[in-house]
Amino acid sequence: MDFISILSIFVLACFVGYYVVWSVTPALHTPLMSVTNAISSVIVVGALIAAAAAGSPSSKWLGLVAVALASVNIFGGFAVTQRMLSMYRKKDR
Amino acid sequence: MHTDLIVAVPAWVLLAYLVSGVCFILALRGLSSPESSRRGNITGMIGMAIAVLTTLVTHIPYTGFPKGISCPAGANCFGISAPDLNAIIEIAAAIVIGGTIGLITARKIQMTAMPQLVAAFHSLVGMAAVLVGAAAYLNPEAFGIAVRITPIYGPSVVNILPVSRIEMGLGVAIGAITFSGSVIAFLKLNGNMSGKPILLPLRHVINLGTLVAILVLIAYFTQDQAPWVFFTVMGLSFAIGFLLIIPIGGADMPVVISMLNSYSGWAAAAMGFTLHNTAMIITGALVGSSGAILSYIMCRAMNRSFFSVIAGGFGAVASGGEAAAIDRPYKRGSAEDAAFLMGQAEQVIIVPGYGMAVAQAQHAVREMADLLKAKGVTVKYAIHPVAGRMPGHMNVLLAEANVPYDEVFELEDINSEFAQTDVAYVIGANDVTNPAAKNDKTSPIYGMPVLDVEKARTCLFVKRSMGGVGYAGIDNELFYKDNTMMLLGDAKKMTEEIVKALG
Repeated sequence: MDFISILSIFVLACFVGYYVVWSVTPALHTPLMSVTNAISSVIVVGALIAAAAAGSPSSKWLGLVAVALASVNIFGGFAVTQRMLSMYRKKDR
Repeated sequence: MHTDLIVAVPAWVLLAYLVSGVCFILALRGLSSPESSRRGNITGMIGMAIAVLTTLVTHIPYTGFPKGISCPAGANCFGISAPDLNAIIEIAAAIVIGGTIGLITARKIQMTAMPQLVAAFHSLVGMAAVLVGAAAYLNPEAFGIAVRITPIYGPSVVNILPVSRIEMGLGVAIGAITFSGSVIAFLKLNGNMSGKPILLPLRHVINLGTLVAILVLIAYFTQDQAPWVFFTVMGLSFAIGFLLIIPIGGADMPVVISMLNSYSGWAAAAMGFTLHNTAMIITGALVGSSGAILSYIMCRAMNRSFFSVIAGGFGAVASGGEAAAIDRPYKRGSAEDAAFLMGQAEQVIIVPGYGMAVAQAQHAVREMADLLKAKGVTVKYAIHPVAGRMPGHMNVLLAEANVPYDEVFELEDINSEFAQTDVAYVIGANDVTNPAAKNDKTSPIYGMPVLDVEKARTCLFVKRSMGGVGYAGIDNELFYKDNTMMLLGDAKKMTEEIVKALG
């Protein structure tokens, strides 16, 4: 992909993000932070590429550490979000 | 002389990353209401699984690639007869170790400690971005961002593409700032470090100088890919993250934590540009704008500009009138008085703040509300956007205590109701109820939207002692009003005593 198409995706995604986030109810702002945290760990993709690549041992180890850090975030982030969201309840009656 | 070109990525891989990005958009979209939010979160998990599996399938080196999958750049696809088991085990181990730590933390963490947890998680994203950037710098061919030039004489040279150098430099810089900034935010929120702002002399000059140096070095990096340039950018960025957050006081933490949330997104986006990865770019943009919007909402709720928060120092100067204020007369009540007043009321509005979180009083508050409701009293909760230490902090605590979310109202939805309310029960909130924000032009919080608790017939104000002031370091006129009754004591104990008196 060339730079311009990547930039286009990025700019459009910023607009999507803007409108989607404004529609989030303020009561769920904390889960919003924890879930954005979890999804920003998609950086694990880069970490996996580094960890799986041959050619440079130091690069591979940096990648493996990054995989572990991002995994903490992915599992922890989604799990804590799920835990919080399961607490939000309407009136029983 | 010949140059090796970047290996093209197959179409299904691009599509998979796009699907994963769309899943993340849907995950955030789900948060528009609590009912749809759980489904949204699961969509997010699916998106992450797609991204991870796609990467694993395309990058584990082994022979006999299925039709349509080409050998990824940098991987050695020749002479290996089976999937590289060692590589797979190493990666699986990293995921299992990280995942276990994450799951245990998520299960054990107390809801009152959410701000610290989020800050800690931000620091991990930042660190991961730095590590990925460094890995990409050390092995650029694996990421398909380099051109190998083989001259006829002499060894071949690996040149990182100039655009990739800028993206990589920015990614590492933002990641490093996110990391060190979040570590400081974590230490402040967790109480390992004083919440008081630490003001260095000439800090604006130092910060600005460092920032300019980082940008200049990234520009220079396009000309010279020497290690010292790369690692100096990294080091300076760690330093600036630290310097930026230490002067910011505890009360401004909601802004800081949202800002770092935003940074972690931009770091992911910058890495996405480096790796030409759609999922990372979409996610980065989503998270980046989410954090930016939250920072904006928090700043607006404090009537402060983003730059004044970043400049820091808020809460460092205690107001001069403080000493005189302590001797002023105020009305003090007991738990029994409070129980009597609320038991007789038609409507009670509970105003929680950070103090409720510190005292872990949310369950006692809900018990009190249940008893009041049984007596026929209407109970509502009023939440100021900056109550607590992160956006939505109070809502989560009340949800944890089984308070139905349709009894919880935001500032603008409930503020007009205080005038028709018999009792406002303020527990652990201070600055967000301070009338000085409306009528004292000299007050540092003047202009900040506040909850009009003084308009209620009676305002019950739970506070540890008369000595302390709010995080903004200013006295609250509310304490000395005729219709205010101070309930001095620990927020949880006081509420429990009221529960006893009501029962």
